[in-house]
Amino acid sequence: MIGIVSYGAYVPTFRLSRDLMAKAWLRGSIGGERSVANNDEDSATMAVEAAFDCLQGKDRGGVTGVFFASTTAPYREKEISSLVAATVDLPGEILTADLGNGLRAGAAALRSAFDAVGNGSAQNLLVAAADCRLGYPQSEHEQSFGDGAAALLVGNSGVIATLEGHYAVSNEMMDVWRNAGDEFVRTWEGRWVLGEGYSALTEQAVKGLMKKKGLNAKGITLAAIPAPDGRSHRRMVQVLGFDKGQVVDPLLAQVGDCGAAHPLMLLVAALEAAKPGDTILMVAYGNGAEAFLFKVTDEIRNLASRRGIKGWLNSKLPLATYEKYLSYRGILETQPGDPFRLLPSATAYWRDVNSILRFHGSKCRNCGTLAYPIQRVCYTCRTKDSFDEVRLSDKKAKLFTFSLDNLAGRSDDPVVVQSVVESEVDNARIYCMMTDCQPKEVRVGMPLEFTFRRIYEGAGFQNYFWKCRPVR
Amino acid sequence: MESIKDRVAIIGMGCTQFGERWDAGLHDLAIEAAYEAYQDAGVGPEDIQACYMGTVTAPMIGVGGTVVADALKLRGIPIIRNENWCATGHIALIEAVMAVASGAYDVVLALGVEKLKDTGFPGLGTGRGMHPVYEARRTSPGSFSLIATRYFHQYEIDPEKGKEMIGKIAVKNHDNGSLCPKAHFHNRITLEDVMKAPIIAWPLGLYDCCGNSDGSAAAIITRADLAKKFRPDPIYVKGFGVAMDSMLPHFRPGFSWTSFDALVKSSHKAYEMAGIQNPREDLDIAEVHDCFTITELAIYEDFGFSPRGKAREDIDSGFFTLKGGLPVNADGGLKCFGHPVGASGIRMTYEVYKQLQGKAEKPERQIKNPRRGLSHTFGGPPQMSAVAIFGNEKG
Repeated sequence: MIGIVSYGAYVPTFRLSRDLMAKAWLRGSIGGERSVANNDEDSATMAVEAAFDCLQGKDRGGVTGVFFASTTAPYREKEISSLVAATVDLPGEILTADLGNGLRAGAAALRSAFDAVGNGSAQNLLVAAADCRLGYPQSEHEQSFGDGAAALLVGNSGVIATLEGHYAVSNEMMDVWRNAGDEFVRTWEGRWVLGEGYSALTEQAVKGLMKKKGLNAKGITLAAIPAPDGRSHRRMVQVLGFDKGQVVDPLLAQVGDCGAAHPLMLLVAALEAAKPGDTILMVAYGNGAEAFLFKVTDEIRNLASRRGIKGWLNSKLPLATYEKYLSYRGILETQPGDPFRLLPSATAYWRDVNSILRFHGSKCRNCGTLAYPIQRVCYTCRTKDSFDEVRLSDKKAKLFTFSLDNLAGRSDDPVVVQSVVESEVDNARIYCMMTDCQPKEVRVGMPLEFTFRRIYEGAGFQNYFWKCRPVR
Repeated sequence: MESIKDRVAIIGMGCTQFGERWDAGLHDLAIEAAYEAYQDAGVGPEDIQACYMGTVTAPMIGVGGTVVADALKLRGIPIIRNENWCATGHIALIEAVMAVASGAYDVVLALGVEKLKDTGFPGLGTGRGMHPVYEARRTSPGSFSLIATRYFHQYEIDPEKGKEMIGKIAVKNHDNGSLCPKAHFHNRITLEDVMKAPIIAWPLGLYDCCGNSDGSAAAIITRADLAKKFRPDPIYVKGFGVAMDSMLPHFRPGFSWTSFDALVKSSHKAYEMAGIQNPREDLDIAEVHDCFTITELAIYEDFGFSPRGKAREDIDSGFFTLKGGLPVNADGGLKCFGHPVGASGIRMTYEVYKQLQGKAEKPERQIKNPRRGLSHTFGGPPQMSAVAIFGNEKG
């Protein structure tokens, strides 16, 4: 049996009130709030978060592939799936691929994962989709978009949901797009975009799938239907004939439209609400549409607990101002801070990958001291080159000491919480910055977890590393 | 291992005006310090047989020791540069002492110089040091305030009370600096000023942090048996200690953050060489590394000036003030001189040298009949410590 084996998601901590955004431009607000990736987050780091959530309790050795999907990959040329694979600590002998350039990239990655596991080219394949698209300042898109990620593990044992049917249609139209080099999403006239684009194609795909499977709306337990806005969503639900109780919250009021990740995030929300025997419809739109029909198995009862969508949704901090959003997302250039004088090195990054990305410490085989980063000579007994590597990224920690450094930060986010952290694993010490926190609430001894972040750009590439954050 | 005690002497010293020296470049600072030292020792550049120098942040101005060769025209002799962060000046001095003790040279110049105010940025900057990837965005105040947070936690001191405790160190050092003409800052401050000052890296505020200054200091070193040919009151080197610890104490398992091996080991080695049994009693003046107020507190305990966890009692009783049992940072310390990194160790030694000679510029800041003095720097995030002990007579 082939199907979804596990799921995970990620919603950034910061939420921005849409009323604040509207007020800045003296325009109407669409209401509610949207998620905003912190200034150290991007699609790659959010995909890593969702992947960690998805791999809770799963043997990494059995994962033989990673697909990454996004329309906002941090590099134009350079795989992110390989970065995700290394960071979540998967073995090297695996399949990796990136999918992008369209809003259906997440759904396409999921479909391709089923194909790959089905034809035997992978046993368990991790799909991680993330997006943080930019709407033009002042536009409705700016309010309606959100940042988020989802991950699904597709495999052939321990299946929690099988794929019962799939139906796809393609449709060439210039409705929403970004030219090469564009920062912001462009669009044509709204009535045509929604009417002939989103609405027509979503309806066509879902009805095509229902016809193919001989089903009507009553035959579906949970419908995960993304939409660019609440009104289009309500209309689509009505057109397709679903009752309120069948429809998964489209996450537009609290998160926003997370692009290529959004259909998968709604599928995760459906899975966390589902009972054995339920059927789940998921549809994705973007230059056409495709609909998936899943059936939930008894195995879902055995899945280890995870954050999914629910776990992240109410764990949040308000982003204080619209201006911070503009600056965090690189739209507004703020006063530069003191330049960061140490450039990263691609070779050092590559050579020390087990410490840097896999976040392994070394446990001395002679005296048991656990040190991070990997030490060839033990701190305690000086035994040379005799250690086992231990992954620390998914282990909890607590704060040993800290300072609130007002000089080291960015001008739009000036306080750097310098943190010396003690891991729950053998009290290994890690020195890092704390993120997604309220500096005034930081205390010695507080529980922390690690999170993979973009530290800074230097030497022409992104320097990713680990930070800590209060447990969410 | 033989002790260095009484084998080497300082016969001349120079120290520039410290401060925002917009008027002076790296070369000007080195010239100012060196020529005062020449004059003090009664020597000229032609007498210098070797030079040990230190500077940290100016690699763009000259590689190796060429800064000294270019500024002082000391050509054709060894000029050995070192960079050991905040301990750089002390290491230059100690290298010069060892060179003379070895018998290789009779008259040696030790010089520390730093030009911080040509960078366009007020601090030492972010992104130095550890690793191109692990390096966090941090500054020196951010690194050293990790000590304060942990100290308050370990000894269950309410952070506001803790800030008052270390704030008194700032008040003391500013009192001392107000009397010292070469200091960068001469303003006296109150505890209220300290508590109300802007936060730099919590829990450290503005007055908990040393300034950023330009400066240079120099010493002329010779053999003890030759010293009285140059002057009647040479200052003898009694001992020194240097200890390096991991560059990454932040990652070191079990690191306490309230006590530092490098401080304990460097001071004990120096005490052993100098024959000091009880530093609290045997020392008459100590110039220690008060880059931040909390650093000075940690040094009180690791150097054995105060019992562990009890520095607060000595701070409250005024034991370390100019009129106290052991005056610490009698010239105002880094707090009032600022910290031109490579220069500081020799500048601190300049204060000990002048006090031991009874030649403090103003009588009201002259310590009565001092015999033994200590100077010390502590650098890095922090992990490297250098101590030197001096006396005004043999034995």
